[in-house]
Amino acid sequence: MAGIPHDHYEPTSAKEKWLHQRLPIVGLMYDTLMIPTPKNLNWMWIWGIVLTFTLVLQIATGIVLVMHYVPHVDMAFASVEHIMRNVNGGHMIRYVHMNGASLFFAAVYAHIFRGLYYGSYKAPREVTWIIGMLIYLLMMGTAFMGYVLPWGQMSFHGTAVITGLFGAIPVIGESIQTWLLGASAVGQPALNRFFSLHYLLPFIIAGLVILHIWAFHTTGNNNPTGVEVRRTSKEEAERDTLPFWPYFVIKDLFALTIILLIFFAIVGFMPNYLGHPDNYIEANPLATPAHIVPEWYFLPFYAILRAFDGDVWLVIIVDFITFGFVDAKFFGVLAMFGAIAVMALAPWLDTSSVRSGRYRPMFKWWFAILVVDFFVLMWAGAMPAEGIYPTIALIGSSYWFAYFLIILPLLGIIEKPTKPPATIEDDFKAMYKKDRSASGTPAVSPAE
Amino acid sequence: MLKKLSLSAALTLGLSATAALAAGGAGHVEDYDFSFEGPFGTFDQNQLQRGLKVYTEVCAACHGLKFVPIRTLGDAGGPDLPADQVREYAKLYEVYDEELEDFREAKPVDHFPESALENAPDLSLMAKARAGFHGPYGLGINQLMKGMGGPEYIASLMTGYVDPPACAPDDFDGYYNRAFTAGGIPAECKDENGYSKIEGSWIGMAPPLDDGYVEFDDGHENDLENLSKDVSAFLMWTAEPKMMARKQAGLTGVLFLTVLAVLLYLANKRLWAPIKQRAKDEE
Repeated sequence: MAGIPHDHYEPTSAKEKWLHQRLPIVGLMYDTLMIPTPKNLNWMWIWGIVLTFTLVLQIATGIVLVMHYVPHVDMAFASVEHIMRNVNGGHMIRYVHMNGASLFFAAVYAHIFRGLYYGSYKAPREVTWIIGMLIYLLMMGTAFMGYVLPWGQMSFHGTAVITGLFGAIPVIGESIQTWLLGASAVGQPALNRFFSLHYLLPFIIAGLVILHIWAFHTTGNNNPTGVEVRRTSKEEAERDTLPFWPYFVIKDLFALTIILLIFFAIVGFMPNYLGHPDNYIEANPLATPAHIVPEWYFLPFYAILRAFDGDVWLVIIVDFITFGFVDAKFFGVLAMFGAIAVMALAPWLDTSSVRSGRYRPMFKWWFAILVVDFFVLMWAGAMPAEGIYPTIALIGSSYWFAYFLIILPLLGIIEKPTKPPATIEDDFKAMYKKDRSASGTPAVSPAE
Repeated sequence: MLKKLSLSAALTLGLSATAALAAGGAGHVEDYDFSFEGPFGTFDQNQLQRGLKVYTEVCAACHGLKFVPIRTLGDAGGPDLPADQVREYAKLYEVYDEELEDFREAKPVDHFPESALENAPDLSLMAKARAGFHGPYGLGINQLMKGMGGPEYIASLMTGYVDPPACAPDDFDGYYNRAFTAGGIPAECKDENGYSKIEGSWIGMAPPLDDGYVEFDDGHENDLENLSKDVSAFLMWTAEPKMMARKQAGLTGVLFLTVLAVLLYLANKRLWAPIKQRAKDEE
């Protein structure tokens, strides 16, 4: 694997040879765990482990919750309260699962922005990137359907709003919405199928995670310099890399522990801080909450959805030239999915010859603005759609698209990158040379 | 130019933020102190028992606690009533028994009854359902830093029956409450855009508590503010009965993970030491 020359597993004892000839599973595990990994990976290369751990955590806690949960419109809310009050340790399991979704998205956003800064999406890692985007989409679907299950006010009315988005698709929209809900409105059929899919999708995610790992084990990890591992000989490769076990396993476990420390503090001391209080009111189709707000991890895209209202000239023009086929509502839906689509297309939109943002003086600043933009959109998505907020959301959304569709392609042409080190080994040595001479703080670029 | 622009942007932002709040109807919520605030805060058992008394004598006339089993009144980390008192307490209520097809005296295994009045909401989870102070500007800072949440809201609602603002006509339906935001507001108290110019709104519930409404056996203070705080604390317990166990689990988790983090930090440092040393030596 990895195209990086390294030692492979050799069965030694008779028993090992017997198994290896029939099923080379030990060899597969050995190669996966001992994969040569660039020496110079920094602390932004820990999110993969955090995400893998969180997926397992969510599946494990979810399976226990299912043992006590009742997917019925009259009993779902009460069964969650039953878990919170009567099931042994149920309140902790449920709070871990509930906040686990937040941990999952916090980690995936860090992971995605890591990839965007260090150019991890660029050739030859496009397939890894695309699989990652599919995982992210499935995560959003899973999280959304999971949020419906407690059958609180936000669950119910959030479902009505989000499935209504599909209703905005011209001609076939209404049929799709009915097909998704299993009825013309949110009710028992929707709850039942969302429960079923909420259980199924994580296993599809797990399968895609295996493909994701397989893909980047084939190309080798990216690293902060974006310089490839030398592959001409095993000796050279060994000067650039270290085996994943134990060097990166222990490093990643340390990072995971710190992340979990924060996570447990939130679960233990403020488990409802990230949630919406209205979801502690049982679903009532007749009373709509004043502001329907999705969970924080959807807010940036929710802001993009709402940003393109009927007052925006672009929306008016599109509405006009499509003879009303693409109206404001449908435009918003297209913009929301488009925001993710342009991100998925980053490998082909980025024209720069240099992979890592560390050696791209102009890119750094545009990227830093993108990160700020993401948080501004998140905040704008939580605010009511009136006053100045739609304008802020519109500016934020425009930057999001401009970054991927205009800035990334142009930067490759107009920017003059600095020179990356010749090898990963050089970069690694330089890190410790700096340590010795200049009291230890390596220059930190705006996004690192 | 740019400075002017950003100044006006900031101004509009500030103005429209107030407008947005008013549209949702801003309410006055007092930041009362509760024993259970913060990571180490615990329920005050005596306060929970006083709150139970207020609930039983006042709130229970109209409201219910349908998600709360009566037996949990005896749980540690809650009001912690002795078993015989829980049995006696259960007898105060009648519940519908599907097997008997009739009403009977409640037992500790039963839940509290549902609300007796159709438009009186169930109070089981009210302290968590009214915790939405994501202010200022939706950043959640009041909640994070001041621990403001549902109990503060409930206590503020109880003490929020003040004289109505001058703009309101005398015969407007309901009772003016400066904490309540979901009620009606007379047209006279709105600006030309339909935004409310006042705090709070008009609520259907008559003022339920006042000084001395409930007497405590131990002679504890029973003015309006104390009664309000006691019943709010009790409702926080009904909403989050496992709070103390949860905080303890959180603390154990944090301590355990801290030890693990230190060990892993040292293991990692030692593991990488020869690699880093070699990089320095070769340079």
